[in-house]
Amino acid sequence: MQNKFYAKFLIMIGAALILSACANTGSDDTPVVTEPEVAPPPPPPPPPEPVVMGPAIGSQEDLDDELPSGSASTVHFAYDRYDVDATARGILQAQAEWLKRTNASVIIEGHCDERGTREYNIALGDRRANAVKNYLVAMGVPASQIRTVSYGKERPIGTDHAANRRGYTRVN
Amino acid sequence: MKMLKILIVSLFGFIAATSSSHAVIEIDITRGNVQPLPIAIPTFTGDENAMTAAGSLSEIGRQIAQVITADLERSGLFVSIDPRAFINSPNNSTVPQFANWRAVGAQALVTGLVNLELDGQISVEFRLWDVLAGSQMRGLKWTGSPTIWRKIAHKTSDAIYKRLTGEDGYFDSRIVYISESGPYLERIKRLAIMDQDGHNHKFLTDGSYMILNPRFSPVEQEITYLSFYNDTPRVYLFNLESGKFEMLGEFEGMTFAPRFSPDGKKVIMSKAERGNSDIFVMELATRRIERLTTHSAIDTSPSYSPFGRYITFNSDRGGSQQLYVMNADGSDIKRISFGDGLYATPVWSPRGDLIAFTKQAGGKFYIGVMRPDGTGERILTESYFEEGPTWSPNGRVLMYYRKYPYDNNGGGGETQLWSIDLTGYNERQILTPLDGSDPAWSPLMD
Repeated sequence: MQNKFYAKFLIMIGAALILSACANTGSDDTPVVTEPEVAPPPPPPPPPEPVVMGPAIGSQEDLDDELPSGSASTVHFAYDRYDVDATARGILQAQAEWLKRTNASVIIEGHCDERGTREYNIALGDRRANAVKNYLVAMGVPASQIRTVSYGKERPIGTDHAANRRGYTRVN
Repeated sequence: MKMLKILIVSLFGFIAATSSSHAVIEIDITRGNVQPLPIAIPTFTGDENAMTAAGSLSEIGRQIAQVITADLERSGLFVSIDPRAFINSPNNSTVPQFANWRAVGAQALVTGLVNLELDGQISVEFRLWDVLAGSQMRGLKWTGSPTIWRKIAHKTSDAIYKRLTGEDGYFDSRIVYISESGPYLERIKRLAIMDQDGHNHKFLTDGSYMILNPRFSPVEQEITYLSFYNDTPRVYLFNLESGKFEMLGEFEGMTFAPRFSPDGKKVIMSKAERGNSDIFVMELATRRIERLTTHSAIDTSPSYSPFGRYITFNSDRGGSQQLYVMNADGSDIKRISFGDGLYATPVWSPRGDLIAFTKQAGGKFYIGVMRPDGTGERILTESYFEEGPTWSPNGRVLMYYRKYPYDNNGGGGETQLWSIDLTGYNERQILTPLDGSDPAWSPLMD
């Protein structure tokens, strides 16, 4: 408290000095400027007690964390296929529960491996994205929460073809 | 766009008396592995003291001869004779001393002259000579701004090619393509344009969003392509003269795989509705869209026949990706590809007699051609990955892109533009400043 008062006092003196310096400039070509003295900063507050928290509710990490695998955002597809297989269904059920709980809005990205032409893969990626969306809607997720986009083969996540054939649920 | 005036130059008085027959040289470009024609292209004569905005006339003349030489050699149909072997330098206004050109092995000779006109334009005059017959085969004079000397050179190449092969050339044309850069997980894909020989390269987008599958209008200075602007893949139209682009129609679903109709008035494309892609056609003047196919399979990569009566496209309606042909109204759909493997990206030749395609079989990719009824399939080139053929305006050369495999060190994955003659010979890389994919050839320029 006393420190603060002292600081205010110093600033006032500084301001007065500046003002008087300005007033003097009328007759003098080189104005005199005096820097106000700055009071030392107050000591930082003690660190808060650390509390272990999950990722923010409704975030991408929160969705990924929905399954023990830590990758609940992604489902995979067989070569040139867009049907949702049993493994994918398990992941999408978890996604559906999470979407209903958080009301998050998501973009479903459809992706393909690089062993195909660009135009066909754009179409195939759109099929995959919509297959994921259709499954989620069938599980009771409102369609208004879901947008789809196909990136075809243009956004690989690595050099493994199977890993690139995927539907990724991106939290908007 | 009428920048050039053309004058046909003939030297009737100079037709050599030694000539005992009509022109004897011609090139049959329908045969494979043509023996290239030896041609001499000495520097075009010009006054070294006459300066223009593009340098002295002699400098322009030297560069024009170089561009013509490079054009003709790249076609694979010509081999130029080293200028150091030349016995004398020609004077364009007189008949060459054919004996001296025969002595260095030339069968054809190109001579030229660059002049400065009173209005500051340049005129470029060239003559093509049959060295063996000792006669002039072609003479033309172009007039235009000094800064378009490169265009004049390409037009001269086209005239020489046409006179010797009987077919239109493709040298005064451009390539629009996707310039690629960056590591493979964060690839930047932007629209770029260049002359067919790689000069006058220009980026048309800044790379902040992805562009794919550009195509040239057959009649206008326009390009259509797939843009991921605003993370929303849709078909766009880009006007090269104004630099403006616009989305073609506003639809709930994605639009992609666009291509112009032969008259440039329509764009045919795929449109996806809830994951199902069908073929639609849009009239550009009214933006009215009409559905052409209705099938639960993927229908994409449509391409018109040269007179717009038929459409070839790619579909997996039979269980795997194959090529189909239908009438322009969507009726009478017939499958045309029956070989082993998958077929994609059919593109109708500007001559109408062939459809080029990408084929995928046995872990490899191929570029090939077949007749529109599916017969006569011929594979031209193969590699780890290649796709997306585009035809030269005269239907004699195909350009496509090739992608290299990734290596274990995180490298590889480069994309390059390549071209090959319809004969299956003369495969060449088209150099680009960065990596390149999805080439599309323009029509011959005015």
